[in-house]
Amino acid sequence: MSKQYETVIGLEVHVELATKTKIFCSCSTAFGGAPNTHTCPVCTGMPGSLPVLNKKVVEYAAAVGLATNCTITQNCKFDRKNYFYPDNPQNYQISQLYLPICRNGSVEIETEEGKKTIGIHEIHMEEDAGKLVHDEWEGVSLVDYNRSGVPLIEIVSEPDMRSAEEVIAYLEKLRMLIQYLGASDCKLQEGSMRADVNLSVREVGATEFGTRTEMKNLNSFKAIARAIEGERARQIDLIESGEKVVQETRRWDDTKEYSYAMRSKEDAQDYRYFPEPDLVPIVISDEWLDEIRAAQPEFRDEKKARYQKEYDLPEYDADIITGHKKLADLFEATTALCKKPKKVSNWLMGETMRLMKEQSVEPEDLKFSPGNLAKLIELADAGTINGNVAKEVFEKIFAEDIDPDQYVEEHGLKTVNDEGALRSTIEQVIRDNPQSVDDYHNGKEKAIGFLVGQTMKAMKGKANPAMVNQILKELL
Amino acid sequence: MSILDMTAVGLAKAIRAGEATAVEAMEAVIAQIEKTEKELNCYVTFDKEAALERAREAQKKIEAGELTGPLAGVPVSIKDNMCTEGIKTTCSSKILENFVPTFSSEAVKNLEKAGAVLIGKTNMDEFAMGSTTETSAYGATKNPWNTAHVPGGSSGGAAASVAASECFFALGSDTGGSIRQPASYCGVVGMKPTYGTVSRYGLIAYGSSLDQIGPLAKDVTDCATILEVISSYDKKDSTSVKREDTNFTEALVDDVAGMKIGIPRDYLGEGLDEEVKNAILAAAKKLEEKGAIVEEFDLSLVEYAIPAYYVIASAEASSNLARFDGVKYGYRTKEYEGLHNMYKKTRSEGFGAEVKRRIMLGSFVLSSGYYDAYYLKALRTKALIKQAFDRAFEKYDVILGPAAPTTAPELGKSLSDPIKMYLGDIYTISVNLAGLPGITVPCGVDQSGLPIGLQLIGDCFKEKNIIRAAYAYEQSREFEKCPLGEA
Amino acid sequence: MANTISDETIEYVGILAKLELSDEEKENAKKDMESMLDYIDKLNELDTTGVEPMSHVFPVQNVFREDVVENGDGSSATLANAPESRDNAFVVPVTVEA
Repeated sequence: MSKQYETVIGLEVHVELATKTKIFCSCSTAFGGAPNTHTCPVCTGMPGSLPVLNKKVVEYAAAVGLATNCTITQNCKFDRKNYFYPDNPQNYQISQLYLPICRNGSVEIETEEGKKTIGIHEIHMEEDAGKLVHDEWEGVSLVDYNRSGVPLIEIVSEPDMRSAEEVIAYLEKLRMLIQYLGASDCKLQEGSMRADVNLSVREVGATEFGTRTEMKNLNSFKAIARAIEGERARQIDLIESGEKVVQETRRWDDTKEYSYAMRSKEDAQDYRYFPEPDLVPIVISDEWLDEIRAAQPEFRDEKKARYQKEYDLPEYDADIITGHKKLADLFEATTALCKKPKKVSNWLMGETMRLMKEQSVEPEDLKFSPGNLAKLIELADAGTINGNVAKEVFEKIFAEDIDPDQYVEEHGLKTVNDEGALRSTIEQVIRDNPQSVDDYHNGKEKAIGFLVGQTMKAMKGKANPAMVNQILKELL
Repeated sequence: MSILDMTAVGLAKAIRAGEATAVEAMEAVIAQIEKTEKELNCYVTFDKEAALERAREAQKKIEAGELTGPLAGVPVSIKDNMCTEGIKTTCSSKILENFVPTFSSEAVKNLEKAGAVLIGKTNMDEFAMGSTTETSAYGATKNPWNTAHVPGGSSGGAAASVAASECFFALGSDTGGSIRQPASYCGVVGMKPTYGTVSRYGLIAYGSSLDQIGPLAKDVTDCATILEVISSYDKKDSTSVKREDTNFTEALVDDVAGMKIGIPRDYLGEGLDEEVKNAILAAAKKLEEKGAIVEEFDLSLVEYAIPAYYVIASAEASSNLARFDGVKYGYRTKEYEGLHNMYKKTRSEGFGAEVKRRIMLGSFVLSSGYYDAYYLKALRTKALIKQAFDRAFEKYDVILGPAAPTTAPELGKSLSDPIKMYLGDIYTISVNLAGLPGITVPCGVDQSGLPIGLQLIGDCFKEKNIIRAAYAYEQSREFEKCPLGEA
Repeated sequence: MANTISDETIEYVGILAKLELSDEEKENAKKDMESMLDYIDKLNELDTTGVEPMSHVFPVQNVFREDVVENGDGSSATLANAPESRDNAFVVPVTVEA
């Protein structure tokens, strides 16, 4: 009988903070831009340059720590991590080893077996590296330091997860908390949230951990799930065939669904950390910590309760909408404009989610403005447009954030309420479809549906359906 | 009297009074450089035309009333580890042979604001690692008092340029004595202020927690004036200290009555040359005659400063110098196979032996398994050394001692035994570890005519005490003239 | 008390420091390092139990910058000293294996 294995997983999650400037210089953190345009002597390691810490980085890092139940290190420091690589202009990264800003936290996740607590070992602040673009034909790599010095926090979990599902639930929880804080947009695709997976396997019931590997290059939840399955299988294969798992860093190739060792003789992985002499200690006073705590936003549970109470939303709606900061923001802003919470909720949970699913759009990537959704709700509510037209217009709002008033006007989509015009159209429809009229008179109630359809078609969908029904019955 | 005999402050006064011009001063310096530079090699980069052009420009601004600072029109040499915009900055290393900074260091900017005119960049030990200026990739600098001897280091070019009148004053940097020791060997005044007083922005780092920029000058008055100009709180340097009391020229008073001066007995023992010792004690006597209370005391821990220093400085240097890799600036090896080979060849060809020695040591002491035993131990030792000074300054206003155990050694005699060379820094190094200010003033010459330097050490932020003592001492005697310094 | 540095250690430190030493340089480096470490071992005479390691001499703390963009396009200054550049970027030997 084959052995049963348990997977033990810990995560190192890097999150790019939403500051306007880099961690140690006043260069912009804006995404994109021609190579090396967002650079200065500090973030390119020019001789003689010195770092100065961005205060906002400390505040965001502490805020994330508070939201994840960490103890804040009120006397923390930066250290240098030394290694040579061209994306790292000084050939050392300013990071935290000895006194990270947050320690001993936890978050709660929902699993199939119920709630589970995932421990957070520490959160530390550090600087991001530059970007390398490879030209393998020419045998060169091009180095762009625009991302060099963008502030990161690294959230190191305890090895508390046992499956890909738990890992995803943990990541979603972190993402939600951080987005609620506004500390990062947490986009996996753009790399503003990145996860390295530390994984080992052991026989069920064993008390010692197995040898772990660290996997990098995971840029979607799907890739993370596949990498966990793939690495679990690889390690079990090794053990079953009597070989040993080697502690190493591996690169996940999502197209080949396999991880590759990143080891080389030249990477000694001996980082020679020592206290950064160019930066002074950070002392977070009780007062400062209180200020950060006071500035914490309303998180999901509070928000959900408030939505039920203040807006009279059903629990189901409140739960779904507060599941993502962006949806909650849209809900509140739109409701503030149109004062119709349930209608707003319906649009978000119905059409918005349908289109998101259809087009694989993540909530943080939603582009439409609350103002345009509010206008659309007003148009539909006032009967200016009918339900079908409203859905059609919403698709345009979803895609391009168009102004619905203007769009309806320009495309002549207003519901026709002019009885004279309707009456003459219906008279024509009756004349053109004698068979259906006969069927109706012979008791086939369904025939009226066909006649309504024909009328709507003739009116290009803009007729007021209630009036069409009424006039048809009258004329027949 | 030749214009070259003027001090920086004297020259500035003459220029303000219209009795001299910045151009005349620069022309005199250039003439002197042309006369003595072949023999001395003080400068790594000197562009005569550019220097003259800067002087002409300065003179125009002085006449237009736009340049009114205390050093307006005075020619200055800058140690080649301070970035100067548009002017090559090499750290006397091959690895930066073609590096032209795109910004100037804060200290240089402050000097320019005060009207000083840059002559060129002075030679130094490569990346400030050395005590003789012999580790420069661009040839050794010679001592103007006797060219068979070294000028000291690492600011050897700076000290020699002042002694030989190849400038009116110089900026140097001091990590373990690199201003005070060459000032002593070359018979000039040199000062390292309290850590954090002068911005390190633009100073190419060697040991970041120890490096400070300071002046090398003809006399104490110049020294205080220059320090007043270059001291500034700089928000670009996180270790910069906000100070209110940087009006150092106020301390230029010939009065040491009641000043308490301690001489560490530990500084007078084995290894100290007898002639140096006598000169130091004679200087102490002079101060005593002027009313100071002088006594000997036990400072303790002196012999631990050097090993602690070499651990800390080498560790920081191994990291600070990692950026020189042939990717962003400076030298890149011609032929290589792949990235790591490019790194290794570039660095092995670009760095000299002493720099490699310290990078290797620094990398080793930080490597896995050794950090606690070496690096943390050194930081703990540093804490004890600081405490020893704190105790001393509870009793004394100033600590007096030699700047170096001997006068300048002969060229080629020091590098073969690194430990012996490092031991030469025994009186200066602990001052850097404790972040204290220290000044060297000439206090005579030995039998062979080489200068001896007196070192005065103050408590943190108490530069004024040592400036006052140095000034009072300076007033008490005539100084010997450097033979090569005559126009 | 005498420290011995092995060939492997010198090789390893060379990898960390990205320095390629000739055989002669290696021998010298070994000797230098051994004598330096012997010298540094002098620190072990000192009892430093309970002494906090001191990295900064002054109790300066909380030096911050406000989160305001001040720098514009810095690419020309950034690339001004590049040994090799292309398309506004630094050029290095390819960093991925084919």
